[in-house]
Amino acid sequence: MSDAAAIATSGLTKRFRSRAVVDGLDLEVPRGSVFGFLGPNGSGKTTTIRMLLGLVAPSAGEARVLGERMPDRGASVLPRVGALVEGPAFAPYLSGTANLVRRDTADRYAPGETRTRRVEAALERVGLSHAAAKHVRAYSLGMKQRLGIAGALLTDRELLVLDEPTNGLDPQGTREVRNLVRSLAAGGTTVFVSSHLLAEIEQMCTHAAIMRAGRLVAQGSLDELRGGSGPRLVVETPDASLAVAVLAGLGLGAEHTADGVEAPLSPGAPQPEELTAALVRGDVRVRGLAVRSSSLEERFVELTGEGFDVEQ
Amino acid sequence: MSSSDAPPVAAALTVRRSRASAGWALLGSELAVLFRRLRTWAMLAALAAVPVLIAVAVRITGGSSRGPGFLSQITDNGLFVAFTALVVCMPLFLPLTIGVVAGDTIAGEASHGTLRYLVIAPAGRLRLLAVKYAGAAAFSIAGALVVALAGAGVGAVLFPIGPVTLLSGTTVGVGEALLRLLLIAAFVVVSLLGLCAIGLFLSTLTDVPVGAMAATAVLAVVSQVLDQLPQLSALHPWLFSHYWLGFGDLLRDPISWDAFGQNALLQLGYVAVFGALAIGRFTSKDVLS
Repeated sequence: MSDAAAIATSGLTKRFRSRAVVDGLDLEVPRGSVFGFLGPNGSGKTTTIRMLLGLVAPSAGEARVLGERMPDRGASVLPRVGALVEGPAFAPYLSGTANLVRRDTADRYAPGETRTRRVEAALERVGLSHAAAKHVRAYSLGMKQRLGIAGALLTDRELLVLDEPTNGLDPQGTREVRNLVRSLAAGGTTVFVSSHLLAEIEQMCTHAAIMRAGRLVAQGSLDELRGGSGPRLVVETPDASLAVAVLAGLGLGAEHTADGVEAPLSPGAPQPEELTAALVRGDVRVRGLAVRSSSLEERFVELTGEGFDVEQ
Repeated sequence: MSSSDAPPVAAALTVRRSRASAGWALLGSELAVLFRRLRTWAMLAALAAVPVLIAVAVRITGGSSRGPGFLSQITDNGLFVAFTALVVCMPLFLPLTIGVVAGDTIAGEASHGTLRYLVIAPAGRLRLLAVKYAGAAAFSIAGALVVALAGAGVGAVLFPIGPVTLLSGTTVGVGEALLRLLLIAAFVVVSLLGLCAIGLFLSTLTDVPVGAMAATAVLAVVSQVLDQLPQLSALHPWLFSHYWLGFGDLLRDPISWDAFGQNALLQLGYVAVFGALAIGRFTSKDVLS
């Protein structure tokens, strides 16, 4: 664990009764990253976030946020953290503005003199200015989600924790959230986004971690995660055995597939055009040839086994 | 959401203080929210309706020699509407409204999910409890004042107002009588402080506000029932409702402060015990709502 990380945990564990919901988590979120926290529903993402924010006490292990221990140092850490946890929540009988004002008064580091203007700015930022005076009771799910994000932006934050931020948003809203996250990251804010939607993470994150049944199965930069198995040469041909022999001569360990062969490409391997030429010279009838980097999705399914089913 | 080139949150504004403020803003917000709720006003209106109903009933029937407290004296002096209304409200109506407000404190936030956002703001769990308790206490003050003032008001409209003969036989002027009325309202507020602490503690036990509200109100009734059982007389001085109707001493000349003092001490004990229980429970609680 290093203090330079925005979030660092070691052996973080939460048991409810005897069941470990989060089990020995070693998470490291670099400062300045947009960090995707991936996992099927029920894999322990939200419980982890609750521990990071001091809502839930860990059963074992340690969590550091912005270099300080949680939950002990919450009073000095949390004012620097904006969060959306397990969906937005507001008093239905208050307006959007009144709800944000109420939340802001709870933060003793938020100056009262600028409160009204900061609330207006946050509402403007999520496109809710027109509905600011309406009771939250009358908000749609998407509007509540936007208001929840506005609540995380009331002051400048060093770290934003967004739990499923695009839940309930239409495609337009989803794109707006992506843009918002990018602009915040460009301003130096570390953004920690949890999601069960891979595509979402792939589009906005620089780093990611993958959870499965309470355990961390992989973490790193997106390139590292994708490259877990490296780029692969995929050749479509009826002369598979011949192709394996030719590729073996070039130092590639190819294997048969349904309609040809496949070989992992090490960094020093010949270029695709050289491989093509060699195969043709070797009388292999090449119908197609491609270099594929494994997608995050393949990697995800590989790591979590069953994709996105809920695990108990 | 505005485009990605929007300036960071209010670049020109001071967005963070260098040191924590004392945190009065949260108390202000709590009181503002409490007293802006329709429910709060509905309960205060219901409390105000009690003296109005009493006064109208006495006015129509021309008074009666039977009834609680000072009912028979109302026709002579409208100020007694207020005294009577406080006697009528103390055993049930006031504890019921306190149950709603105090039982809702933490559980209500939990049921809306806003508790987690207050905790991570961070409001500070201790500070949040203190602010919530202050809110319930503020409602006690509002409730007692509403009954007393509505009583005095409607009494003045429907009946003559004049010097009040105290329980000890001396007569005091209207000004002094109003002062005594406020003293009784203060006694009522003090009486309710223990119940507020009980409600606050019960509210930390659940995410279902109605449960905490009902439990608080039920305890108020149970305490008064136990206070009626002579077999439990040893227990009586320890029941939080024991002095609830003991404000007669404030209508003597000179004023006897014994009941006021004993009551205050008893309520302080309840606040300390249930406050400590609430703190112990809430500061170690996993917020899962």
